[in-house]
Amino acid sequence: MLRLKKPWYTYLWIASVIYLMLGFVNILFAWLGLICFTIPLFISFRFGSKAYCNHYCGRGQFLELLGETYGLSRKRVPPKFLAKKWFRYGFLTFFMLMFLNMLYITYLVFAGQELNEVVTLLWTFKVPWAWGVTHIVAPGIAQFAFGFYSVMLTSTILGLLTMFIYRPRTWCVYCPMGTMTQMICKRK
Amino acid sequence: MKISKKANIGKDCVACGTCVRYCPMKAIEIERGTIAIVDNDKCVGCQKCMKVCPANIITMEEESLC
Repeated sequence: MLRLKKPWYTYLWIASVIYLMLGFVNILFAWLGLICFTIPLFISFRFGSKAYCNHYCGRGQFLELLGETYGLSRKRVPPKFLAKKWFRYGFLTFFMLMFLNMLYITYLVFAGQELNEVVTLLWTFKVPWAWGVTHIVAPGIAQFAFGFYSVMLTSTILGLLTMFIYRPRTWCVYCPMGTMTQMICKRK
Repeated sequence: MKISKKANIGKDCVACGTCVRYCPMKAIEIERGTIAIVDNDKCVGCQKCMKVCPANIITMEEESLC
Protein backbone atom coordinates (compact mmCIF):
# COMPACT_ATOMS: atom_id res chain seq x y z
CA MET A 1 0.00 0.00 0.00
CA LEU A 2 1.18 3.50 -0.84
CA ARG A 3 2.51 5.27 2.22
CA LEU A 4 2.73 9.05 2.18
CA LYS A 5 5.69 10.75 3.84
CA LYS A 6 3.52 13.67 4.87
CA PRO A 7 -0.15 13.81 5.97
CA TRP A 8 -2.66 13.45 3.11
CA TYR A 9 -3.90 17.01 3.45
CA THR A 10 -0.50 18.48 2.61
CA TYR A 11 -1.10 17.32 -0.97
CA LEU A 12 -4.34 19.26 -1.42
CA TRP A 13 -2.49 21.76 -3.61
CA ILE A 14 -2.76 19.13 -6.35
CA ALA A 15 -6.56 19.44 -6.18
CA SER A 16 -6.26 23.22 -6.58
CA VAL A 17 -4.05 22.86 -9.66
CA ILE A 18 -6.37 20.24 -11.19
CA TYR A 19 -9.34 22.55 -10.54
CA LEU A 20 -7.68 25.44 -12.39
CA MET A 21 -6.80 23.13 -15.29
CA LEU A 22 -10.33 21.69 -15.49
CA GLY A 23 -11.67 25.21 -16.07
CA PHE A 24 -9.74 25.25 -19.34
CA VAL A 25 -11.19 21.87 -20.33
CA ASN A 26 -14.81 22.67 -19.52
CA ILE A 27 -16.04 25.70 -17.64
CA LEU A 28 -18.77 23.65 -15.94
CA PHE A 29 -16.11 22.18 -13.63
CA ALA A 30 -15.97 25.64 -12.06
CA TRP A 31 -18.93 24.57 -9.92
CA LEU A 32 -16.53 22.34 -7.96
CA GLY A 33 -15.00 25.54 -6.58
CA LEU A 34 -17.98 25.90 -4.28
CA ILE A 35 -16.23 23.30 -2.10
CA CYS A 36 -13.59 25.95 -1.29
CA PHE A 37 -16.37 28.28 -0.18
CA THR A 38 -18.54 25.95 1.84
CA ILE A 39 -16.00 23.82 3.74
CA PRO A 40 -14.13 26.72 5.45
CA LEU A 41 -17.44 28.33 6.41
CA PHE A 42 -18.75 25.03 7.76
CA ILE A 43 -15.58 24.43 9.80
CA SER A 44 -15.60 27.93 11.28
CA PHE A 45 -19.33 27.84 12.07
CA ARG A 46 -19.31 24.31 13.48
CA PHE A 47 -15.93 24.16 15.22
CA GLY A 48 -14.93 27.83 15.62
CA SER A 49 -11.61 27.16 13.95
CA LYS A 50 -9.56 28.23 10.97
CA ALA A 51 -8.42 24.65 10.39
CA TYR A 52 -9.16 25.03 6.68
CA CYS A 53 -6.69 27.92 6.31
CA ASN A 54 -4.20 26.29 8.66
CA HIS A 55 -4.16 22.80 7.14
CA TYR A 56 -6.44 22.17 4.17
CA CYS A 57 -6.26 25.19 1.86
CA GLY A 58 -4.90 23.89 -1.44
CA ARG A 59 -4.34 27.36 -2.80
CA GLY A 60 -2.26 28.41 0.22
CA GLN A 61 -0.22 25.22 -0.11
CA PHE A 62 0.30 25.86 -3.81
CA LEU A 63 1.52 29.41 -3.17
CA GLU A 64 3.85 28.13 -0.45
CA LEU A 65 5.17 25.42 -2.75
CA LEU A 66 5.94 27.90 -5.53
CA GLY A 67 7.30 30.60 -3.25
CA GLU A 68 9.18 28.54 -0.70
CA THR A 69 10.13 25.22 -2.32
CA TYR A 70 10.65 26.52 -5.85
CA GLY A 71 11.98 29.90 -4.74
CA LEU A 72 9.63 31.97 -6.90
CA SER A 73 9.01 34.51 -4.14
CA ARG A 74 11.22 37.54 -3.61
CA LYS A 75 10.26 37.29 0.09
CA ARG A 76 10.11 41.02 0.60
CA VAL A 77 8.46 42.35 3.75
CA PRO A 78 4.75 42.83 2.94
CA PRO A 79 3.24 46.28 3.60
CA LYS A 80 1.56 46.48 7.00
CA PHE A 81 -1.72 47.86 5.61
CA LEU A 82 -2.52 44.44 4.10
CA ALA A 83 -3.22 43.09 7.60
CA LYS A 84 -5.14 46.12 8.82
CA LYS A 85 -8.85 45.67 9.46
CA TRP A 86 -9.91 48.47 7.13
CA PHE A 87 -8.11 46.86 4.21
CA ARG A 88 -9.15 43.26 4.91
CA TYR A 89 -12.81 44.07 5.54
CA GLY A 90 -12.78 46.58 2.69
CA PHE A 91 -11.47 43.93 0.31
CA LEU A 92 -14.01 41.42 1.64
CA THR A 93 -16.83 43.93 1.00
CA PHE A 94 -15.57 44.66 -2.51
CA PHE A 95 -15.22 40.93 -3.20
CA MET A 96 -18.73 40.21 -1.96
CA LEU A 97 -20.20 43.06 -4.04
CA MET A 98 -18.54 41.62 -7.14
CA PHE A 99 -19.84 38.18 -6.17
CA LEU A 100 -23.39 39.54 -5.81
CA ASN A 101 -23.03 41.22 -9.20
CA MET A 102 -22.03 37.85 -10.66
CA LEU A 103 -25.10 36.24 -9.07
CA TYR A 104 -27.30 39.00 -10.56
CA ILE A 105 -25.89 38.34 -14.04
CA THR A 106 -26.58 34.63 -13.51
CA TYR A 107 -30.16 35.51 -12.55
CA LEU A 108 -30.57 37.60 -15.72
CA VAL A 109 -29.43 34.65 -17.85
CA PHE A 110 -31.88 32.37 -16.04
CA ALA A 111 -34.52 34.99 -16.86
CA GLY A 112 -33.79 34.82 -20.58
CA GLN A 113 -30.75 36.97 -21.30
CA GLU A 114 -28.14 35.47 -23.63
CA LEU A 115 -25.26 33.46 -22.17
CA ASN A 116 -22.05 35.49 -22.06
CA GLU A 117 -19.15 33.09 -22.64
CA VAL A 118 -16.34 35.15 -21.15
CA VAL A 119 -14.11 34.85 -18.10
CA THR A 120 -13.53 38.25 -16.47
CA LEU A 121 -10.07 38.62 -15.00
CA LEU A 122 -9.36 41.13 -12.22
CA TRP A 123 -12.99 42.29 -12.58
CA THR A 124 -11.95 44.15 -15.77
CA PHE A 125 -10.50 42.07 -18.58
CA LYS A 126 -12.99 39.95 -20.50
CA VAL A 127 -11.35 36.85 -21.96
CA PRO A 128 -13.38 34.90 -24.57
CA TRP A 129 -13.91 31.40 -23.22
CA ALA A 130 -16.21 29.91 -25.84
CA TRP A 131 -15.03 26.34 -25.64
CA GLY A 132 -16.24 23.47 -23.57
CA VAL A 133 -19.64 21.86 -23.61
CA THR A 134 -22.09 24.30 -22.08
CA HIS A 135 -25.24 23.37 -24.01
CA ILE A 136 -25.85 20.28 -21.87
CA VAL A 137 -27.05 22.47 -19.00
CA ALA A 138 -29.35 25.47 -18.64
CA PRO A 139 -27.64 28.73 -19.74
CA GLY A 140 -27.94 30.12 -16.20
CA ILE A 141 -25.98 27.19 -14.78
CA ALA A 142 -23.24 27.75 -17.36
CA GLN A 143 -23.26 31.51 -16.64
CA PHE A 144 -22.65 30.87 -12.95
CA ALA A 145 -19.69 28.65 -13.91
CA PHE A 146 -18.18 31.48 -16.02
CA GLY A 147 -18.67 33.95 -13.17
CA PHE A 148 -17.38 31.65 -10.49
CA TYR A 149 -14.34 30.63 -12.49
CA SER A 150 -13.63 34.36 -13.02
CA VAL A 151 -13.62 34.80 -9.22
CA MET A 152 -11.32 31.80 -8.72
CA LEU A 153 -8.90 32.76 -11.49
CA THR A 154 -8.79 36.39 -10.39
CA SER A 155 -7.96 35.46 -6.80
CA THR A 156 -5.32 33.02 -8.05
CA ILE A 157 -3.69 35.79 -10.11
CA LEU A 158 -3.70 38.14 -7.10
CA GLY A 159 -2.27 35.35 -4.95
CA LEU A 160 0.50 34.63 -7.45
CA LEU A 161 1.36 38.33 -7.81
CA THR A 162 1.67 38.95 -4.09
CA MET A 163 3.47 35.60 -3.67
CA PHE A 164 6.06 36.76 -6.18
CA ILE A 165 6.47 40.30 -4.82
CA TYR A 166 6.18 39.63 -1.07
CA ARG A 167 6.07 36.42 0.95
CA PRO A 168 4.64 33.12 -0.37
CA ARG A 169 1.33 33.20 1.51
CA THR A 170 0.69 36.96 1.37
CA TRP A 171 -2.67 36.17 -0.28
CA CYS A 172 -3.78 34.55 3.02
CA VAL A 173 -3.57 37.95 4.72
CA TYR A 174 -6.34 39.49 2.63
CA CYS A 175 -8.09 36.33 1.37
CA PRO A 176 -11.85 37.06 1.71
CA MET A 177 -12.54 33.52 2.92
CA GLY A 178 -9.86 33.86 5.59
CA THR A 179 -11.29 37.20 6.71
CA MET A 180 -14.79 35.75 6.82
CA THR A 181 -13.83 32.63 8.77
CA GLN A 182 -11.79 34.67 11.26
CA MET A 183 -14.77 36.99 11.72
CA ILE A 184 -17.01 33.98 12.43
CA CYS A 185 -14.47 32.54 14.89
CA LYS A 186 -14.27 35.88 16.71
CA ARG A 187 -18.06 36.10 16.97
CA LYS A 188 -18.25 32.56 18.33
CA MET B 1 20.69 39.82 34.33
CA LYS B 2 20.29 38.01 31.00
CA ILE B 3 18.21 39.41 28.12
CA SER B 4 16.33 37.04 25.85
CA LYS B 5 14.25 37.77 22.75
CA LYS B 6 10.78 36.30 22.39
CA ALA B 7 8.30 36.45 19.52
CA ASN B 8 5.43 38.86 19.99
CA ILE B 9 2.31 38.48 17.82
CA GLY B 10 0.62 41.75 16.86
CA LYS B 11 -3.14 42.33 17.18
CA ASP B 12 -3.55 42.28 13.39
CA CYS B 13 -2.73 38.56 13.22
CA VAL B 14 -4.88 36.86 10.57
CA ALA B 15 -4.47 33.37 12.09
CA CYS B 16 -3.26 31.88 8.80
CA GLY B 17 -1.06 29.39 10.66
CA THR B 18 2.15 29.96 8.69
CA CYS B 19 4.19 30.70 11.83
CA VAL B 20 2.82 27.54 13.49
CA ARG B 21 4.15 25.36 10.68
CA TYR B 22 7.57 26.98 10.59
CA CYS B 23 8.26 27.26 14.34
CA PRO B 24 11.03 24.71 15.06
CA MET B 25 10.10 24.65 18.76
CA LYS B 26 6.35 24.18 18.22
CA ALA B 27 5.89 27.19 20.48
CA ILE B 28 3.02 28.77 18.53
CA GLU B 29 -0.59 27.75 18.21
CA ILE B 30 -3.76 29.30 16.84
CA GLU B 31 -6.25 30.16 19.52
CA ARG B 32 -9.85 29.41 18.46
CA GLY B 33 -9.24 30.55 14.88
CA THR B 34 -8.64 34.14 15.89
CA ILE B 35 -4.98 34.79 16.73
CA ALA B 36 -1.63 33.02 17.08
CA ILE B 37 -0.24 32.79 20.59
CA VAL B 38 3.36 32.12 21.60
CA ASP B 39 4.40 29.94 24.50
CA ASN B 40 7.23 32.04 25.92
CA ASP B 41 8.67 29.05 27.74
CA LYS B 42 9.22 27.24 24.46
CA CYS B 43 10.18 30.22 22.26
CA VAL B 44 13.93 30.48 21.72
CA GLY B 45 13.75 33.74 19.75
CA CYS B 46 15.06 32.23 16.49
CA GLN B 47 13.00 34.79 14.49
CA LYS B 48 11.84 32.18 11.96
CA CYS B 49 8.18 33.12 12.54
CA MET B 50 8.99 36.80 12.06
CA LYS B 51 10.64 36.07 8.72
CA VAL B 52 7.81 33.95 7.31
CA CYS B 53 4.78 35.85 8.64
CA PRO B 54 2.85 37.00 5.53
CA ALA B 55 1.09 39.68 7.57
CA ASN B 56 4.36 41.12 8.88
CA ILE B 57 2.95 41.48 12.39
CA ILE B 58 5.48 39.46 14.43
CA THR B 59 8.17 41.35 16.31
CA MET B 60 10.87 40.29 18.76
CA GLU B 61 10.54 41.62 22.25
CA GLU B 62 13.28 41.62 24.81
CA GLU B 63 12.56 39.81 28.00
CA SER B 64 14.80 39.91 31.04
CA LEU B 65 15.65 36.62 32.67
CA CYS B 66 16.81 37.11 36.24
